[in-house]
Amino acid sequence: MLKVNEINLFYGSIHTLRDISFQVCAGEIVSLIGANGAGKSSILNAISGLVPIASGDILFQGQSIRKTPAFRLVSRGLAQVPEGRRVFARMSVMENLEMGAFTRQEASGIRDDLEMVFDHFPRLKERRKQAAGTLSGGEQQMLAMGRALMSRPKLLMMDEPSMGLAPLLVSEIFDIIHQINREGTTILLVEQNAQMALSLANRAYVLETGKIVKEGLGSTLLADEDVRKAYLGG
Amino acid sequence: MDLLASQLINGLHVGSIYALIALGYTMVYGIIKLINFAHGDIIMVGAYTAVITLVSLNWSPVAALIAAIVVCVLLGLTIERVAYKPLRSSPRISSLITAIGVSMLLQNAALLLFGAQPRPFPIVLKVEPLRFGGLQISFITLLTLGVTALLMISLQTFVHNSKPGKAMRAASEDYATAQLMGINVNNIISLTFAIGSALAAIGAYLYVMAYPAVSPTMGSLPGLKAFIAAVLGGIGIIPGAMLGAFVLGIAESLAKAYISSQMSDAVVYFILILVLLFKPTGLMGKPSGEKV
Repeated sequence: MLKVNEINLFYGSIHTLRDISFQVCAGEIVSLIGANGAGKSSILNAISGLVPIASGDILFQGQSIRKTPAFRLVSRGLAQVPEGRRVFARMSVMENLEMGAFTRQEASGIRDDLEMVFDHFPRLKERRKQAAGTLSGGEQQMLAMGRALMSRPKLLMMDEPSMGLAPLLVSEIFDIIHQINREGTTILLVEQNAQMALSLANRAYVLETGKIVKEGLGSTLLADEDVRKAYLGG
Repeated sequence: MDLLASQLINGLHVGSIYALIALGYTMVYGIIKLINFAHGDIIMVGAYTAVITLVSLNWSPVAALIAAIVVCVLLGLTIERVAYKPLRSSPRISSLITAIGVSMLLQNAALLLFGAQPRPFPIVLKVEPLRFGGLQISFITLLTLGVTALLMISLQTFVHNSKPGKAMRAASEDYATAQLMGINVNNIISLTFAIGSALAAIGAYLYVMAYPAVSPTMGSLPGLKAFIAAVLGGIGIIPGAMLGAFVLGIAESLAKAYISSQMSDAVVYFILILVLLFKPTGLMGKPSGEKV
């Protein structure tokens, strides 16, 4: 579904991503784990077209999206839940969800998906008229996920969904990610919480200072000596 | 009592015009964080378009208004496309200086084309002032208030209830995330410039109906006042620009009546300084919260 081929990315003179290659197949959950600053978010931003890559190519469903502007990717089935949730704070929960469906026309499909989002996140339904900025961190994360789902994506990319959330909420969010995946959405997950990310993932890649240093099945990496030392506290 | 009432009405009159202009500043700032200093000169271009179509081409007042709107919208779109868009990812200071440059270019182009001599704006409406007891209100004042109220309600309805309006608010809150929603922010920016310029054209027309002199630098002062109004209300916030403009218009006209007309601008700036001292984000601005 997604194939990233030796991409390189620079922020000014800093070489943020070095020859990154990986792929995500339809139906999978793939995790990218690594420390803060390893380049995880840069990868997602490069895929979604928010930052231009210097070299390499990105294929989505067999077609290069390297030069496709960010806003055109949504209708092709790519959605991103950005780092730090980035909900539209002054807009209502409902309006945020509407923005998620911005590229879609069919009113009935949008209504069905709204129901689906409210099924996953009943709390959003209770708060649908509230300004998104007044929600708690966990609720904002749910809103950011719901908003991305409203575009009915084929591939959902999530950037640090666990960030700043209480452990109980984190497992709730990960359960929902699992459900979303079972309902047919492919997932690319970027996480610092390696334990959660690896247990959830079919396959995973380990990123260190802009390079992929390890890859394998989620369960294999979870048992890997080096990974345990570096990311799982021994 | 009558003096107070009539000054308040005058204040609402100039405040309305400032509001129409201030909306253009604040909407553009809201999305691309640029103080579009050329916005004041859009007023001048609108006024020249109106005076030329009215006097030289003998068009009807309504046709002249439409011409002014069309010319200003096209000019606003062109300025954005040619001067600001190439600088979208440059440091903000570059586009700010460019905006000042565009303003100077427009003023000097007008000077070259039309000369420095102000042109009188013809009387387009001959209606007797209306009397309410001892109070006399000119029809132009009522028209200005009515048109402004209508436009502000329409704009609020547009940004809150229409899809492009909501996209505009989304882009103004978070430019990058708006793109992740599939919003073409370039189109939204063009739309913002178009709406701002159209409102400025209408503001210009109402302005020269009240102060009938059209000259190359005529846009500077109302432009500056409208900019202050936008900052006063909280730049980037649409209702803030409206509130700021009315506060400023009323303060100015009360200062003219009760303090001195030379001092009225000083009073306006003093109010701005006070507001910014105690509430740096403006009257309706919220402190920028942490987004974690």
